[in-house]
Amino acid sequence: MAEETTHPTPAEPAAAPKAAPAAKPASPAATKPAAAKPAGHAAPKGPPLATLTPELVQLQQHFGENVITPAPYVGVLVNDLNKLREVMTYVRDQLGFDMLANVTAVDYIKEGYIQVVYHPQRSKGGQPITIKVRVPRGSDPVAPTEVAVPSLTPIYAGAEFQEREIYDMYGVRFEGHPDLRRILTWEGFYGWPLRKDWHEPYYEGDTKPFDSRWPGGHHQLAEERVPWADNVNYPPGFDPLNFNANPDAGLYDSMLSGVPHAQVEPNGHAQQAPQPKGVGAAVPVYDRNHNNLADEEELQTDQIIVNMGPQHPSTHGVLRMVVKLDGETVTDLKLALGYLHRNHEKIGERNTWLHNIPYTDRLDYICGIANELGYVITVEKMMGIKPTERAEYLRVIMAELTRIQSHFWAIGFLLNDLGAFYTPALYFITERDLILDLFESVSGSRLMCNYMRFGGVSRDFTEEQIAHARELAFDRIPRKIDELEQLLTDNEIIKARTIGVGYLPAERSINYSLTGPCLRAAGVPYDIRRVDPYSIYDRFDFEIPVFYGADVYDRYRVRVAEMRQSLRIVQQALNQLDQTKPGDIQAGKKAYNHRVPAGEAYGRVETPKGELGFYLVSDGGQNPYRYHVRSSSFINLNSLKEMVVGHKVADAVVILGSLDIVLGEVDR
Amino acid sequence: MGLMGTGILKGLGVTLRHFIDTYAEDLKYVLNKSGARQPRPLRRQSPKNKGLVTVEYPRERLPLPENFRYVPFLVYDTEKQDDKCTSCGICAKVCPPQCIWIVRTEDPVTKRPVPQPKEFYIDTTICMNCGYCAEFCPFDAIKMDHDYELSYYPDQEPHARLVHDKSRLTKPDTYHASIHPTDWRRELEDRAAEEAKKKAAAEAKAKADAAKPAGGAAPAAKPAPAPGAARSSAPEPDKPAQADTGKSSSE
Ligand code: SF4
Ligand code: SF4
Repeated sequence: MAEETTHPTPAEPAAAPKAAPAAKPASPAATKPAAAKPAGHAAPKGPPLATLTPELVQLQQHFGENVITPAPYVGVLVNDLNKLREVMTYVRDQLGFDMLANVTAVDYIKEGYIQVVYHPQRSKGGQPITIKVRVPRGSDPVAPTEVAVPSLTPIYAGAEFQEREIYDMYGVRFEGHPDLRRILTWEGFYGWPLRKDWHEPYYEGDTKPFDSRWPGGHHQLAEERVPWADNVNYPPGFDPLNFNANPDAGLYDSMLSGVPHAQVEPNGHAQQAPQPKGVGAAVPVYDRNHNNLADEEELQTDQIIVNMGPQHPSTHGVLRMVVKLDGETVTDLKLALGYLHRNHEKIGERNTWLHNIPYTDRLDYICGIANELGYVITVEKMMGIKPTERAEYLRVIMAELTRIQSHFWAIGFLLNDLGAFYTPALYFITERDLILDLFESVSGSRLMCNYMRFGGVSRDFTEEQIAHARELAFDRIPRKIDELEQLLTDNEIIKARTIGVGYLPAERSINYSLTGPCLRAAGVPYDIRRVDPYSIYDRFDFEIPVFYGADVYDRYRVRVAEMRQSLRIVQQALNQLDQTKPGDIQAGKKAYNHRVPAGEAYGRVETPKGELGFYLVSDGGQNPYRYHVRSSSFINLNSLKEMVVGHKVADAVVILGSLDIVLGEVDR
Repeated sequence: MGLMGTGILKGLGVTLRHFIDTYAEDLKYVLNKSGARQPRPLRRQSPKNKGLVTVEYPRERLPLPENFRYVPFLVYDTEKQDDKCTSCGICAKVCPPQCIWIVRTEDPVTKRPVPQPKEFYIDTTICMNCGYCAEFCPFDAIKMDHDYELSYYPDQEPHARLVHDKSRLTKPDTYHASIHPTDWRRELEDRAAEEAKKKAAAEAKAKADAAKPAGGAAPAAKPAPAPGAARSSAPEPDKPAQADTGKSSSE
């Protein structure tokens, strides 16, 4: 999808001061004969416009060339914000792009606007399309945008968390969003952290490497170098002594009153919360089909709000589920996220392209290799390079072993959530550790492998390592998966606890942008390895397991079946490995200072959790201009409420376990 | 599906098997049957083992693979009695969290930089053990360590313990050779190849020279090290090796 562009394009989004000299137009282009720019373009300024795919042409014909124009590099621009919902409804219903894979934003500070980027895709498969809108970013760095973008939540339920994230990170308001609060930072946060003019504490420079490290690098602790106070912004008139943030007032009140949270005012950051009614106010009681069972007078029930987490073993990390309970039945649920938020994307924009590879390990830290693969194939797409044959095989072997060990882990902890405390988990962790032993001996680390490189991998397998992998893939793991099934699949208690629990039918799952094993357990055979193949997956013989129960039990069964299919892939890859040249693991020369041609790309892979996407924008420099991670754990959580409401609180724990989230990826 | 409860019984059978396997494994270990006694850590890592094996750290430790990486150290060339690092700064540039700090040495007279670091710091509180510094150093001067026990007592100077300075970072190449035998072998081969190339070049030059003056033994000057000494001179420090390892990359 990435348009092939040559560097000397006057980089449109060149905010980084370092990139400025590189962006000097014309003169470098003159020296480079290969600047294949169509000469017909009257204005050589600005990036090349996208050539439209048939779907986008159809869209343009339907809405007219005034509304839909080709965007720079990729996709189309919707010029009339009021038409956005109409356009997206058409995209969903007429063009069949029924799933909103990704929504994000980019701050083009020089041009003065923030661009919101949508990537709808078809649940039947194929490439996503790119649709963009622009809003002026305004001159006030701490106020949200004057102009609001219409929220897409009525069309795609999966937009809810993603739009909240954009609001939180960029201050873009979304008109008609049901619950537009900050999501990853806290309610009292001041400023919009992903805007280009926002600086983090200990800020040193816009892009790495920092000059202070060499050649005059007298070490200084970060705390001494940049005093904390210098870089933290407080609201005017802020008084720490009388500060009462009460950040959750809005959250609790909206749950108790049933009134959606107040909309954000365009001029002020402060939000007006509805008056609290007090915890324990009597409210109507509903059954699962939302029928009012009785009047409050008749039954005299109270509903209470309970915080599950953030420090709770069942939430798999620091996640807080705020549930409204009627007796033991959950009647409402909201999530408080961001306890592990470190602004991965901002760090990624400071980093060079190469620096980011080990950082991706820290997203979903259970399956670092899968994250790395997603990142490197996206960058390779932009650079137009291909890894060597051997590297492709090694990547697949490592990625599929990652899937197996991640599913072992997920199933083990699902059993923990069911109350089978640690016995099954321990059996599976034993197997997982054997796979991690292989990772460690190949890459040097069990979890933070840092194995992929642009155009290759960091190390070849030795003969012993291949033997270890063969022993695992052909003997040990197949036996252990059989044993796992013997232990669990027919167990009556597990069946009683999981069948029919956490049901979310296929259409709703798609509308919620649910991906991964959870979507395939709802009968949708959507797996990126098949619908949009990457790497060399098209060479292997494997199936996409699908089950139709859309409940916790089938999510478990999908994972088991997927482990078997992954084994098949690993076995085939190991058998074909000796047809490749040993040691040939890096295409081209190994380099550390890559420059990626100006442009943008959305690349994605199927990780054990679902679709992991990277939306990258390059200005031709050494650092990404925009680095966005579409994380499946985060977006899958969007649908948790609908799965949980109506179940008992103990089942809420199990349903969360069946989603298999990792907080490192949720909060980023 | 069968009778209610059969699924549970089947599962309990698996648990029982694990239980027995684990005791059998321990018994083998204790009785040391037929000399098959293998240290627990090794058995824990073998795909052939049965049952659950607990490695009792810190009394027992898992053997570390050669590629294992923890915070880096600087290699000291014991033969030449010199740091291998030339303070070229590549490691400081590739370090993702920017935790390497290098000060170059200056020649006291000419004020030109000398290829040797004056100060070298790695802030281990920030190092993410990615291994890039070792991977991209063109001089094999920085390597990843196997020592993962870096905690310290509070009465020790914390700054000195967590921010490693040059004296703490420097370790002899014999240590490097002991923990990274394969890598070391590769280095020696590279070096031998380099020397062979140099020697060939010197010989060619000597031949050309010999064509003019009769007895002038010009090649006796600098290159041409004692033949046979495989692990002798690394690339001359003031003439940084041009692509000696094939790893260096263009700036
Ligand atoms: S890359 Fe190697 S030689 Fe260069 S400064 Fe770092 S350790 Fe020294
Ligand atoms: S291992 Fe990585 S983080 Fe640590 S010093 Fe080397 S390059 Fe920096």
